[in-house]
Amino acid sequence: MNTLFQNAFKTAYNWVDERLNIGDAIAFAGKKTVPEHKHSFWYYWGGISMFFFIVQCLTGVLLMIYYRPGAEAYESVRQITNEIKFGWLIRSVHSWSANLMVLAIFIHMFSVFFMKAYRAPREFGWWSGVALLVLTTIFGFSGYLLPMDELAYFATKVGLGIPGSMPGASVLVDLVRGGAEVGDATIQRFFTLHVVVLPALFVPLLGFHLWLVQKHGNAIPPSEELTPVSERRSIPFFPNFFAKDLAVWLIALNVLAVLAALFPWDLGKQADSLSPAPVGIHPEWYFMSSFQILKLFGRWFPGTLGEVLGILVFNLGLVLWMLVPLYDRESPSGVKARRVTYFGLAVLAITLITTFWGYWEV
Amino acid sequence: MSNSPDQKSNEENAPLTRRTFILAGAGVAAGACYAAAMGYPVYRYLADPSERAQSAVAVKEVFLKDADKLPVGTAMMFKFGVKPALLIRHAENEWTALTAVCTHLACTVQYDQNKKHIFCACHGGVYDAKTGANVSGPPPKPLAKFQVAPAQGGLTISLT
Ligand code: HEM
Ligand code: FES
Repeated sequence: MNTLFQNAFKTAYNWVDERLNIGDAIAFAGKKTVPEHKHSFWYYWGGISMFFFIVQCLTGVLLMIYYRPGAEAYESVRQITNEIKFGWLIRSVHSWSANLMVLAIFIHMFSVFFMKAYRAPREFGWWSGVALLVLTTIFGFSGYLLPMDELAYFATKVGLGIPGSMPGASVLVDLVRGGAEVGDATIQRFFTLHVVVLPALFVPLLGFHLWLVQKHGNAIPPSEELTPVSERRSIPFFPNFFAKDLAVWLIALNVLAVLAALFPWDLGKQADSLSPAPVGIHPEWYFMSSFQILKLFGRWFPGTLGEVLGILVFNLGLVLWMLVPLYDRESPSGVKARRVTYFGLAVLAITLITTFWGYWEV
Repeated sequence: MSNSPDQKSNEENAPLTRRTFILAGAGVAAGACYAAAMGYPVYRYLADPSERAQSAVAVKEVFLKDADKLPVGTAMMFKFGVKPALLIRHAENEWTALTAVCTHLACTVQYDQNKKHIFCACHGGVYDAKTGANVSGPPPKPLAKFQVAPAQGGLTISLT
């Protein structure tokens, strides 16, 4: 019985293998290794980010089955939340997973930064990674409007108002908004962005990012570079690291399920363009830091000057962050490399402080 | 289990040891639990409209306002629950109400006023306008009839 089954499996496998050469792929994956050392923990965060993205795609498609953009947006999300069976759960998973995805990408990015994994030949990995983060925040921003409750409405108004205050940018912002006010036209646009344009950009970019990881392998942090090559340890990607990856995904799935089921995502009151903004209105946590920085500049330099200055400084920071592979070069003394680490610590500190400061003030 | 060397090596060579069997079984069982825990909500979520339609199908009676003013020799469409239905007035006090879903492949049928029969445009099925019997063409079964009763300001159509 047992051997009969095994023979059948072998025949089927050979049939497929003759055509697709899976054997080569498995042998290749078995040869690929992942370094193992005391910072290995951080290698999982890219995979965790990807896991949440897959969850977003699956739950997003499910939401599209009942979601109706335009004038009925709020009503359709209300039905998903209150009437359609388990709709509240699907929506809650999509919202929680969106937030966890952003969090995982942030952790992934900072760990890559401090492990200096952006150095040659991995520059394109760093750049595509930052682009993926930017796309993810646009995913979040566009998705946030879709339920069209009060919070969604005002967050979008304020978010679009920030670049809108830049001289010359208002034409562009009107295009994104589909008019001078956030309304049905905006929802339709954001919906198209959220479910068509962004996935179409994100998926190939993610493919490029993963291809690079595959091509160059995992970088080892500088501390590990000091150990002689013969003493460095590594494990095969397949099946060892892959199995660990799956275990981590399982943990991520359980965390997500518990959060989504025990803390169902809220739906506020329907947005009304005539009612004043509710007190304590604030952006999503991952925009809080930039929001607070802009607010501080506005406070320090009153008028348009503050706003323009704030946006300039913020974008300058982003450009410096992007360009780090170009100025963190090997230098014999290691002084340069250490300065870059301090820069990263400063960015991390400023991000955390302004985020908490922002919440403190609302 | 004994530790004799040849038995041990025997176990290692065996295609399926008890240990791997139990581990694989536990893995499959756990996987099935997760699949069920995710699949069930997704199934109920997707099935929601058809579940609602099921309860709409449970309709036993509909009231058609002003249907008694339908001219003799003509017909009108109405909804019985979620399904289309056909009301025909043959004479002053002679009515037929039947489901308008063709018994062949579920197209919606129509009343042909000139030929005085029910006709399905999809594959040319023909039914008797008074009894709903399938007369010619592909339909395998008659159309189900409803009961028609005059009521205040209209007609009441009910399951027979
Ligand atoms: C292919 C991928 C995706 C599809 C098809 C999709 C689809 C949708 C749909 C139809 C909605 C409206 C329903 C609702 O508001 O509850 C929505 C909302 C939302 N999406 Fe996505 N989405 C995708 C990916 C993402 C990603 C990657 C993010 C994250 C960063 C994200 C973040 C959000 C947020 C924050 C909401 C608002 C949730 C709420 O408050 O109800 N989505 N998405
Ligand atoms: S569906 Fe009516 S004849 Fe075929």
